[in-house]
Amino acid sequence: MLLLICPVCGAEGDETDFQYGGEAHIARPASSTPEAVSEADQYAYLHVRANPKGLHHEQWLCARGCGKWFNATRDTVTMEFKAFYKMGEKPPRTPRTRSAKP
Amino acid sequence: MSRYSIVSLARNALNYHKGWEEAWRSPEPQPEYDVVIIGAGGHGLATAYYLAKEQGVTNVAVLEKGWLGGGNTGRNTTIIRSNYLQPESIALYELARSLYETLSQELNFNIMFSPRGLLNLCLTEHEVRVFRRIVEANRIAGLDVRFLDAAQVKQKVPIINNSRAARYPLLGALYQPRGGTARHDAVAWGYARAADALGVDIIQNCAVTGIERRRDAVSAVETVKGKIKTKKVAVVAAGHTSVVMDMAGVRMPIESVALQAFVSEPVKPMLDVVVMAGAVHGYVSQSDKGELVIGGGADAYNNYSQRGSPPALEHTAAALLELFPCFSRMRMLRQWGGIVDMSPDRSPIMSETDVKGLYVNCGWGTGGFKAIPGSGFVFADTIANERPHPIAEPFGINRFAAGRIVDESTAAAVAH
Repeated sequence: MLLLICPVCGAEGDETDFQYGGEAHIARPASSTPEAVSEADQYAYLHVRANPKGLHHEQWLCARGCGKWFNATRDTVTMEFKAFYKMGEKPPRTPRTRSAKP
Repeated sequence: MSRYSIVSLARNALNYHKGWEEAWRSPEPQPEYDVVIIGAGGHGLATAYYLAKEQGVTNVAVLEKGWLGGGNTGRNTTIIRSNYLQPESIALYELARSLYETLSQELNFNIMFSPRGLLNLCLTEHEVRVFRRIVEANRIAGLDVRFLDAAQVKQKVPIINNSRAARYPLLGALYQPRGGTARHDAVAWGYARAADALGVDIIQNCAVTGIERRRDAVSAVETVKGKIKTKKVAVVAAGHTSVVMDMAGVRMPIESVALQAFVSEPVKPMLDVVVMAGAVHGYVSQSDKGELVIGGGADAYNNYSQRGSPPALEHTAAALLELFPCFSRMRMLRQWGGIVDMSPDRSPIMSETDVKGLYVNCGWGTGGFKAIPGSGFVFADTIANERPHPIAEPFGINRFAAGRIVDESTAAAVAH
């Protein structure tokens, strides 16, 4: 069971109180002329994922709290969260560990 | 390889069963192979077997970081069916299902194929419409699939809850009479034994640590047992596809998540068909030992731990109790998880890549077991002839950029 802390409102809960939103920091190929975006870029944006065995930056929704999306860094082998940080912030370089207690 | 038969059984019985040979060798890797397959699960072993048997390519190694069949091949709920919606999928899964029919004879190994019949329940009006459409699509493709109304389902599964007060009332089912189950370990062992007899080297405890490229082509595979030269590498690594393909510098449209299953204590025969219920995320069959083999939806988030999360288990158990109230006092014996490779359209990827000599077979997600013989058959043909087999062609990795997805989310999203 994953235990999370929302960095926006501070709500704590397990994975059923939050909703997973996949890999974070994937930039949409921005263009004022969408037809100029190449198929390869569009494919990478829509479908290609890092899917790492180890640290993963990912998005979560505070579904039963403040309703905001936020980011988290989690180890996909140990399931341990290394950091929770707000949308728009960069992933912490040295993971600051804040253990979520049940 | 000595043949298994009633005669060999009798002969060995008279000898107190001391004369049985090993089912396959445990060779050390040769310095070079024509084809190196990464991953000795069902799909990898089947690919090796059909390479040797159908394509005459016997200088093949299958590398496995653990033990053969120890990944998803040994972790699934053993369901076999071919009632998919899209014609591309029907061709692939029906090839696999039809190969399962005679696989025990083909491999001289009893895989315990049991075409006991399979029901995909309709619990909402939407499902009735979708499954009626799938029934018609299947019948056009020549499959024996039909639609049953609620009374006919109750007749086949007397223990099912058909109360009109149920939260999801039983409205009917899609029925595939030749769907069913097989023994998953035996499929891996049978293919391993038969491939080994044809000269394939199956090398266990041999993790791959790198894939060496020379310009745009693969040249060798680095392993914990040293470097192996080869011009063709086939990655069949299921949940670890992204990790292995990353060694060759290829990024994949795959996400790895945990899928769980669990098994009850053995009870007397109570369920002689496979029952799947996509609307509530649960499916169940009864094994020959009498255990109920139960599966459900995958966990939501990326996961490499081979363990699942309790909420997903609870969700599945709740779904099945709604359908089968008589399960309520049953005790569960064990639970496990496998790491499944989810593709964007929930259809597999069997493909050449931009790297010459690098082939990938993945994306089977939550339902790869049923496809093992068909997958191996067409993938071996693809590797040997360096062009996609006609059945594999729609499942190329380039389909995503081209927008030619094979959308099986309806037929494949949960119920496998």
